[in-house]
Amino acid sequence: MTKSELIERIALRLDQLPVKDVELAVKVMLDTMSDVLARGERIEIRGFGSFSLHYRAPRTGRNPKTGDAVALAGKYVPHFKPGKELRDRVNRSMHGETETEV
Amino acid sequence: MTEALTKAGLAEKLYEELGFNKREAKEIVEYFFEEIRNALENSEQVKLSGFGNFDLRDKSPRPGRNPKTGEEIPISARRVVTFKPGQKLKARVEEDAGSEQQ
Repeated sequence: MTKSELIERIALRLDQLPVKDVELAVKVMLDTMSDVLARGERIEIRGFGSFSLHYRAPRTGRNPKTGDAVALAGKYVPHFKPGKELRDRVNRSMHGETETEV
Repeated sequence: MTEALTKAGLAEKLYEELGFNKREAKEIVEYFFEEIRNALENSEQVKLSGFGNFDLRDKSPRPGRNPKTGEEIPISARRVVTFKPGQKLKARVEEDAGSEQQ
């Protein structure tokens, strides 16, 4: 599912709202979530999951072309931890499929 | 330490910035996360350009252990959700969050 498919699916559930409005809302939501993470803050969505930053320590990397050692600074990377409802629903869907195969 | 962004915070943003009424704003936020959960539950990868991708990974069963008792318990096969941040989000977090958290 792409972003435009997500927008269409949300719009189908809210038939009083034009797709254009939903498109704008999704853009603002994703921008807000990115802004929050870029500020080093967390996102916590009950039943879905949480986004936070994980620190990566500085390390020595290599230039893949020349093989030269390059000092890489420590950095923060976004991390997602799925919430219980999402974990259970995804896992159940897998077991539903494997049961029919057996 | 600031409070984490929640569904209520996102709805507030849609209400303030885009002029949705509070009920609409709440519904859009709710359906946004629900449609992502639905897609993942139906084995669809979710690709939100600029933000990141939610992927599914099937894990094989493996032997586990109760960390308290040391007793061996098998861990069954499972499907898990992973998040891979997009280039744009990763770059923003690397540039901004690092400097603010140090």
